[in-house]
Amino acid sequence: MSVAGITETVQYLTFKLSDEVFALDVAKVREILEITTITKVPQTPDFMRGVINLRGSVVPVIDMRLKFGMNATEQTVNTCIIVVEITMDGDAVVLGALADSVQEVVEMEPESIEAAPHIGTKLNTDFIKGMGRVNDRFVMILDIDRVFSSDELSDLVQ
Amino acid sequence: MMEEAIATYREEAGELLAELETSLLDLEETPDDNDLINRVFRAMHTIKGSGAMFGFDEIASFTHEVETVFDMVRNGKMTVTKRLLDLTLKSRDHISYLLSCPMGEEVDRSVGDEIIAGLRQLVPQQDTPQKGSNEVPALHLPPVSEDELANECTWRIRFRPAPNVLMCGTNPISLINELRGLGTAHVVAQFDEIPQLDALVAENCYIYWDIILTTTRGEDAIKDVFIFVEDDCDIRIELIDSSGLIDKEDGYKKLGDILVERGDLSPIEMQKVLMLQKRFGELLVEQGIVSPEKVQSALVEQQHVKSVRKERSEAPPQEAAASIRVPAERLDQLINLVGEMVTVQAHLSQVSQAGGDATFIAISEEVERLTNELRDTALNIRMLPIGSTFSKFKRLVRDLSSELGKEIEMETFGAETELDKTVIEKLNDPLVHIIRNCIDHGIEMPEVRKAAGKASHGTVSLGAEHSGDSVLVTIRDDGGGLDRDRIRAKAIERGLLSATAEVPDKEIYAQIFAPGFSTAEKVTSVSGRGVGMDVVKRGIDSLRGSIGVDSVRGTGTTITLKIPLTLAIIDSLLVKIGKDHFVLPLASVEECVELTREDIRGAHGRNLANVRGAIIPYIPLREHFKITDQRPDIEQIVIADIHGTKVGFVVDHVVGEHQTVIKSLGKMYRDVKGVSGATILGDGTVALILDMGVLLQSIEKLEHIGG
Repeated sequence: MSVAGITETVQYLTFKLSDEVFALDVAKVREILEITTITKVPQTPDFMRGVINLRGSVVPVIDMRLKFGMNATEQTVNTCIIVVEITMDGDAVVLGALADSVQEVVEMEPESIEAAPHIGTKLNTDFIKGMGRVNDRFVMILDIDRVFSSDELSDLVQ
Repeated sequence: MMEEAIATYREEAGELLAELETSLLDLEETPDDNDLINRVFRAMHTIKGSGAMFGFDEIASFTHEVETVFDMVRNGKMTVTKRLLDLTLKSRDHISYLLSCPMGEEVDRSVGDEIIAGLRQLVPQQDTPQKGSNEVPALHLPPVSEDELANECTWRIRFRPAPNVLMCGTNPISLINELRGLGTAHVVAQFDEIPQLDALVAENCYIYWDIILTTTRGEDAIKDVFIFVEDDCDIRIELIDSSGLIDKEDGYKKLGDILVERGDLSPIEMQKVLMLQKRFGELLVEQGIVSPEKVQSALVEQQHVKSVRKERSEAPPQEAAASIRVPAERLDQLINLVGEMVTVQAHLSQVSQAGGDATFIAISEEVERLTNELRDTALNIRMLPIGSTFSKFKRLVRDLSSELGKEIEMETFGAETELDKTVIEKLNDPLVHIIRNCIDHGIEMPEVRKAAGKASHGTVSLGAEHSGDSVLVTIRDDGGGLDRDRIRAKAIERGLLSATAEVPDKEIYAQIFAPGFSTAEKVTSVSGRGVGMDVVKRGIDSLRGSIGVDSVRGTGTTITLKIPLTLAIIDSLLVKIGKDHFVLPLASVEECVELTREDIRGAHGRNLANVRGAIIPYIPLREHFKITDQRPDIEQIVIADIHGTKVGFVVDHVVGEHQTVIKSLGKMYRDVKGVSGATILGDGTVALILDMGVLLQSIEKLEHIGG
């Protein structure tokens, strides 16, 4: 039942977008920040919320809800920015992903992860590595490199 | 330790090779410039010397061969020819190859041997033996040993010719002159043996000489001078000072010690005289113990050694102070720290202004002043003259033109123009591609040029000059120029331009920078794949620079690169639109004027402002950026000079001058037009740096489509 490419037990960070729980490989996560002032860059798509100051570096922030076709993230006390390091065209790029709340770090064995069904998720299945199960709930494990691949991001910039 | 030393040697040798190359290329233009020949010689000599020291024996022995040839050039026994320069340039490449080989490994000697064989061929034809002593085949001249050269020694020579020396046909003066030729010499003649007139034999030589000589040549060289007279003459040669000896005392020996050492004075006599406590030299003469000439000679020695030592002790510290070798990362680190400092200082100013405490404000202003200076100094450290890159291109032109069978001369100007180190590095690739293009596509074959009534050799000129906060790098060739119609046809074929549109020439020429664009029918080894100009565009874009192309069919093409001086920190104007802050580079800002609602109404909805009678078009940034919140009654127009045209940018509020530490927006935003980067403000928020030139272009495009 396992998914090709997932062979080891890995820790995942789970977070919520709206009511749904998503997960991503903890190795990709650099830190989690409270929401701060985001500076919008003009003439960019809405899901690219802008840039923040991360201890002196300028880091772009993506609204994952908009990216996945949900409503824009509303700011609450739980809203946070998950800073991830992804690989874009072979280069390491640091960026922030806006999430409604961060849940926990869980371990998932390869056996407990299934391939995502082709239909029904209402998401681009390319973005999903697999479906895991935590406390009898389905968790969508994101392929974060794909979500933020350069094709997905920069080509949208007009 | 050794590893470090070897790394340093590699680095230094790399620099020397670069210098060598430059000198060689310059030498090609002015083959009889002795200064250049000496520079070539010195560079090779240092490479050889330190190479041997660090165990690069291969380099040492190879360089020695080349150096020997240049020694002959230096001595005027050979002239600089193109063949010689070709071979020497090849040698340079070979040394560079040898340097890159890991130590202790077997290296490919065939290239080196070939070069040496070539050099040897040159030698006998050119060599015209001038002196008997130089009949030894040139390449087997006994090498001047390293120690001797490194060690400058001072010798004391007493040359007492036999009385009959003149009758043997020897002229002592010519011997002394020969000694002078070896180095710096002070000569004192001693007359105390000249007899009374009645006893004097006119043919005899009664004079003898004390010579103090500072030379890098060894004792043997001095002895060689006296080789024909040494049997008859009394010659004493003593080493009295050498650079190898550590100078413990400040001064040289006391006069008395010198005389004692020479045997002109016994220690007892000296003690006796010293008791009298008068000026020692005078005393000696007064007492008749030593003749005035002897004292003078000793004084000369004292002076000579003193001055030699003084030079020696002064020279190295000056050199050391002139430049320090610092790893580039450390400089980058410094710049980063200064950048952070600037950000913190901005915050400090903001807080102090808000607080209103006069002392606090004064301190904050002082910190601001210091930070400004620190920033300028730190940035200056990274400034390098662009000339170092230019010399590389000379070589490129030389090699490529001979490969393609074209005759091309390269001219450079403004080599002293300074640019940030990182900018210079990033400029390298674009320039290579542009120059390759000039050579391959631009300059025609000699016969074509002649047919067109031009000089058979083409010229590529490369230059740099300052212009405001930018440097203009110009690459000009006097070749065939761009084929406007062919570029246009190709662009239409590739769908880059519409077939019906009438576009200005500049825009057509700009198509050559499109990826994969090439009008060349065949791909040569040099160019034609359409990759090069794309690289240029990307490279210059990454430097926040711009490219201009100008071309006249038949007479040549000029490509102008406008490059910002530095990538790190700029002076700018901080403005506000809605809640957002933006930063405009100050260098192109001319003035700020108010824009009221009435002005807007008066202009009938056209974006034109009347500034002291001049009509200035403006761009309402608020609308352009789709910022939707409440518009203030009075806005500000920041008027900027963009490529000679005045354009206004409407903002809500001008905050003031701001030192902007430029941060990249990263890959994600690389395609955003009009924003060249971001900076962090004092309160920790991010402000975007606007590229006014690009903004203007994109608006021009929009309006063209709309109208």
